[in-house]
Amino acid sequence: MFNPSKEKTYMPVQDANVRNKNFDEVSLGYDCNSAINEANRCLNCKNTPCVSGCPVGVKIPDFIGKIKEGKFEEAYEIINNTNTLAAICGRVCPQENQCEKNCVRAKNGEAVAIGRLERFVADFHLNNSSDDNIKKVASKNQKVAVIGSGPAGLSCASELAKRGYQVTIFEALHLAGGVLVYGIPEFRLPKSIVQKQIDHLISLGVEIKTNVVIGKTITIEELKNTYNYKAIFIASGAGLPRFMNIENENANGVYSANEYLTRINLMKAYKETSDTPIVKANKVAVVGGGNVAMDAARCAKRMGAKEVYIIYRRSKEEMPARQEEVEHALEEGIEFKFLTNPISIGKDSNNFVNKIRCVKMKLGEPDASNRRSPIVIENSEFDIEVDCVIMAIGTSPNPLIRNSLSDLKVEKWGGIIVDEETNATSIESIYAGGDAVTGSATVILAMGAGKKAADSIDKYLSLKK
Amino acid sequence: MFKIIKKEILNPTVTLMKIEAPLIAKNAKAGQFVILRVSSDGERIPLTIADYDNNTITIIFQIVGATTYKLNQLNENDTILDVVGPLGNPTNTKDYKKVIVIGGGVGCAIAYPVAKQFHLEKSNVTSIIGFRNKDLIILENEFKQVSNQFYILTDDGSYNKKGFVTNQLEELLKQDSSYDLVIAIGPLVMMKAVCNLTKIYNVKTIVSMNSIMIDGTGMCGCCRLTVDGKTRFACIDGPDFDGHSIDFDEAIERSKMYHSIERNAYDHVCNLLKEEKKNV
Ligand code: FES
Repeated sequence: MFNPSKEKTYMPVQDANVRNKNFDEVSLGYDCNSAINEANRCLNCKNTPCVSGCPVGVKIPDFIGKIKEGKFEEAYEIINNTNTLAAICGRVCPQENQCEKNCVRAKNGEAVAIGRLERFVADFHLNNSSDDNIKKVASKNQKVAVIGSGPAGLSCASELAKRGYQVTIFEALHLAGGVLVYGIPEFRLPKSIVQKQIDHLISLGVEIKTNVVIGKTITIEELKNTYNYKAIFIASGAGLPRFMNIENENANGVYSANEYLTRINLMKAYKETSDTPIVKANKVAVVGGGNVAMDAARCAKRMGAKEVYIIYRRSKEEMPARQEEVEHALEEGIEFKFLTNPISIGKDSNNFVNKIRCVKMKLGEPDASNRRSPIVIENSEFDIEVDCVIMAIGTSPNPLIRNSLSDLKVEKWGGIIVDEETNATSIESIYAGGDAVTGSATVILAMGAGKKAADSIDKYLSLKK
Repeated sequence: MFKIIKKEILNPTVTLMKIEAPLIAKNAKAGQFVILRVSSDGERIPLTIADYDNNTITIIFQIVGATTYKLNQLNENDTILDVVGPLGNPTNTKDYKKVIVIGGGVGCAIAYPVAKQFHLEKSNVTSIIGFRNKDLIILENEFKQVSNQFYILTDDGSYNKKGFVTNQLEELLKQDSSYDLVIAIGPLVMMKAVCNLTKIYNVKTIVSMNSIMIDGTGMCGCCRLTVDGKTRFACIDGPDFDGHSIDFDEAIERSKMYHSIERNAYDHVCNLLKEEKKNV
């Protein structure tokens, strides 16, 4: 029965003043009834504008159709055919810029809550199925190495394992998941969900080796010659944090968002039982306007900071962060300083940060990226007193692999150059994808790249046999 | 999991462990380090590879915080949860004919493989190693074996010559201007003092920076330092840097970032372990 409501079906969330003190998941997800209710808002458009907004082309009206019928497991199968990380994407994709942006219902009211429905279906599957009887054994005797266990690596490994290849994922950290475990906080993406996705991969026969840095522990040469991997997929991400190169940026209490988030998420600094030290700050400034900035700010609040500012040089409209994260941050008491840019950091006699000096900005003409570029307003300097600064202004591709592989062609800024159709690099049998190629982008784009590379690797290896 | 093959107490606060880690051992070179983790939810700490053979690596560590305390509780045949490496760039031991290798305290654990490597490459090696007192001396014989000239000092004179490594260094530099490299590894204040001295005598000086680290692969930036006015990461750009270009004062302050927090964690862990022992 069609649901004419102009608004999305409500998804319960933890109260803002409760959740800003804990690390439990903020959004609580739909139950069966609200999922069906929301699914019934879908018009099942013949030309599927939503699908064209999805970077991996999930058959959205089809899976929503199954939800309408209460066939949740079948809905899951439809998503899983194109997106093997649905529980993650349902939580972290910027749906408002992708599928939901094109939704016909958004022309007069809110879009169908495609992201929430995807999440519901994926969670339903995770809670009601088990991997116990999957136990797949590789049917092909060709070995493929995947470097990095973030979204691109996981999706590539899963595709190849399903096609019977012997896949090994190499991860530099002690835990698999890449940015999904060190970057995105527990309250936005519970680590148990990431772990379930990884366990699923293992049941498909994928081997995961943690504590291995390719280029250091094992070289690419060795992967090929000593260990006999027939193809390699580089998905080492864009881990190298950028700094602003302003005065006193190395003062104590100034973190890259990567470090701050890693200490909290991967190293569990928020738990009593953890040995991981972290500066316990009262007033925190986070510089940047993306999801990572929101994550860092919201973590700081949860770690007990009284005042947390997000400093962003453009205005709210230009912020790259997911809309829901911005709203949640606001509700949790994060203060936004738009059209503001830091020019220096101040420190006390013990080298600890004590203020951040900013200037006011205004928006000028649109630049090459079609965003209006910020211009400094003269004589607008002012100081904000802080005892912690977190730089969340982006990351560059990790240099370790390209430094150890001189033949690999890379862009000036470090991104690995690949053939757009195949994700092949300049070296035969080596493919690359995700942030290592594009620079920091989204989980879903990285996933899509992993899948595409898996197709190419499959083709390449089938011909070689 | 990484098995401890051998454990040796070198002095009351310094322990040596030989760990089974064939993959790391295979590609390890002098000057590189590993990052290890002893317990889940625990810290990741960098430790230099003091020695390696086909199958094992050797680490030498000082018990300074919660993690090293827990590490020291482990015994032969126990396993270490995570060890990753070899990380960082190897020390360049080629191209130098006459070098002075300086080790301070537990820094000798890092200086020793470097001295050994120079020796194997047929450089003339002068080693100067210094300790606070007699009880803290490590690796004396090992150093002797790879050095053409060898000096050992203690701050309080309780063993051999009394004084700092810089006193000995200055004596040598005054007499002889033919050294083409000084390499200094030890506490930051010692490395700073060495660099101030070698600047005067105009001798190229390399130091190994033991910054606070998490991943060791360039991901977090917590190991950053200022070299020649630019921000560099100790884990991927180092750990060796030209000592005359480093902002030591900043590095010294950064190394103290967590001192008060760590002290608490350390006391907490010590108390817990003492409690446990009482209850057994
Ligand atoms: S230890 Fe994280 S970047 Fe060096």
